[in-house]
Amino acid sequence: MISVSRVVKSYGSGTAQVRALDDVTMTVKKGEIFGVVGQSGAGKSTLIRTINSLEQPDSGTVHVGGRDMTKLAGRDLRQARHDIGMIFQHFNLLSGRTVRANVELSLEITGAGRAQRRSRALEILELVDLHGKADAYPAQLSGGQKQRVGIARALASSPSVLLSDEATSALDPDTTRQILDLIRQLSKDLGLTVLLITHEMDVVKRICDSAAVMSQGRILEQGSVEKLLTTEKSLLGQALFPLGDIPPTSNAVVEITFTGVATDRPVIAQLARQHGIDVGILGAAVETIHGRQTGRTRLELPGDERAVSGAVADLRSQGLYVEVIK
Amino acid sequence: MIDRNDPYFWADLLDTILKGAGETFYTVGVSLLLTVLFGLAAGVLLVTTEAHGLLARPFGSRALGVVVNRVLDVVVNIGRSIPFIILMILLIPFTRLLVGSFIGPTAAIVPLAIAGIPFFARLVEIGIREVPKGLIEAAQSLGATRWTILTKVLVAEAVPALALGLSTTVVGLIGYSAMVGAVGGGGLGDVAFRYGYQRYSPEYMFAVVILLILLVQLFQSLGNFAARRLSHR
Repeated sequence: MISVSRVVKSYGSGTAQVRALDDVTMTVKKGEIFGVVGQSGAGKSTLIRTINSLEQPDSGTVHVGGRDMTKLAGRDLRQARHDIGMIFQHFNLLSGRTVRANVELSLEITGAGRAQRRSRALEILELVDLHGKADAYPAQLSGGQKQRVGIARALASSPSVLLSDEATSALDPDTTRQILDLIRQLSKDLGLTVLLITHEMDVVKRICDSAAVMSQGRILEQGSVEKLLTTEKSLLGQALFPLGDIPPTSNAVVEITFTGVATDRPVIAQLARQHGIDVGILGAAVETIHGRQTGRTRLELPGDERAVSGAVADLRSQGLYVEVIK
Repeated sequence: MIDRNDPYFWADLLDTILKGAGETFYTVGVSLLLTVLFGLAAGVLLVTTEAHGLLARPFGSRALGVVVNRVLDVVVNIGRSIPFIILMILLIPFTRLLVGSFIGPTAAIVPLAIAGIPFFARLVEIGIREVPKGLIEAAQSLGATRWTILTKVLVAEAVPALALGLSTTVVGLIGYSAMVGAVGGGGLGDVAFRYGYQRYSPEYMFAVVILLILLVQLFQSLGNFAARRLSHR
């Protein structure tokens, strides 16, 4: 649905030049929720702005639904933008318009008639659970409600893509969860493809099917979240499930990553029983992602080399992803 | 000296003041219309033709944007730096060219509008600048044209500030109109000058001053009220 290919974008000139995007290539599949994580200044904002051509890359191509956004201008570009909704960290609602009128702006731009605008606005406000607030002004709403208006405005023209620029970064944890769940629900119901950027790992954990890690204008890794978690030395895996430093030990240390499989089996007890190893737990980080137990456990396995490798082989045969650290 | 004991003194005073007030409304009204029209355009252009502004590249040319911005800035500054009494005199040939005369209420419109436009333009500029940049980006992401962004985002969101700016401008124009009156522009200033000052009538002078005070109060309150009602921040 979205395909970014070899995109470069620089700011400034000479020695002060900064490469905001340094040869970025990325693919977002239709209907998935794709998260780009990275610290501020990593180039995420620039990246998401090239998708709807708010920023023009210096080189490379950006395809959305088969259209090369970098080649569009004027009416064609505006037309293409009707198919790409966007929500923002600071909501960017018009303070002088009511909630309904803010949503209607989107439809005024696409040229819908008055009656159609009104009914569509109320319909979409219902969808984001805000129908009671249609005549309120943004200043009278909470942050979460404002973002719902932002979502309603972005989706009023029935786009197939939703871009989310740190949409939950100004919200408290509870509200963040509600907004993320809403985005996930809408994505499922409407078949929306969502590209979001965030600096919060929790966002990726909660709703993303796929993710990319960005730093200094480059994408360091990307792929489905499950796959990234089970990739050796994955930055995302380590960031999502931090296990801390390894304490000094003469024993073997292994890390088990599980993504929904075998979590209900008593793995550690089994090791102790079948291999006679007194397993020590050095660290564990487990969470429920998409309703499945996912996480990593770091174990200390005392014993001779043979016993350890036998245990590791056994774990692997159960479908667990096992990394031998030392 | 006007004879205060003349039986028609108060009736004459009322007549004269009403006629003066009518002329003041006429000159201030028309010059205000011109001021709003051109001042709004100038103020919007001042902000939007800046680098990275909405109209940074009118007709695809940044050079044109720079020229428009610089020229407007200089013209507005010149307009704001010349004292009104001098501007009035400097404009006499121009007024005569435009209206055919430089005396009378219609002729007074020219210097008033020319003083009012740059004044209002700066107030518009301040108001438009206060509109958060993110709103422009949001409208762009929805596929809005520049005209839509200009009217439905920039100007629409600045309306409360514009209402305040407008009342400040009206008050300024009323003050200036009194000055034009003193040099033949008619209106309340003319009444105060000719009857109150030249013919030593404190009644005329006070009547004009009180009326002016009431007018200024009225328009300032209207502006404040409108700004409060229109703002939903």
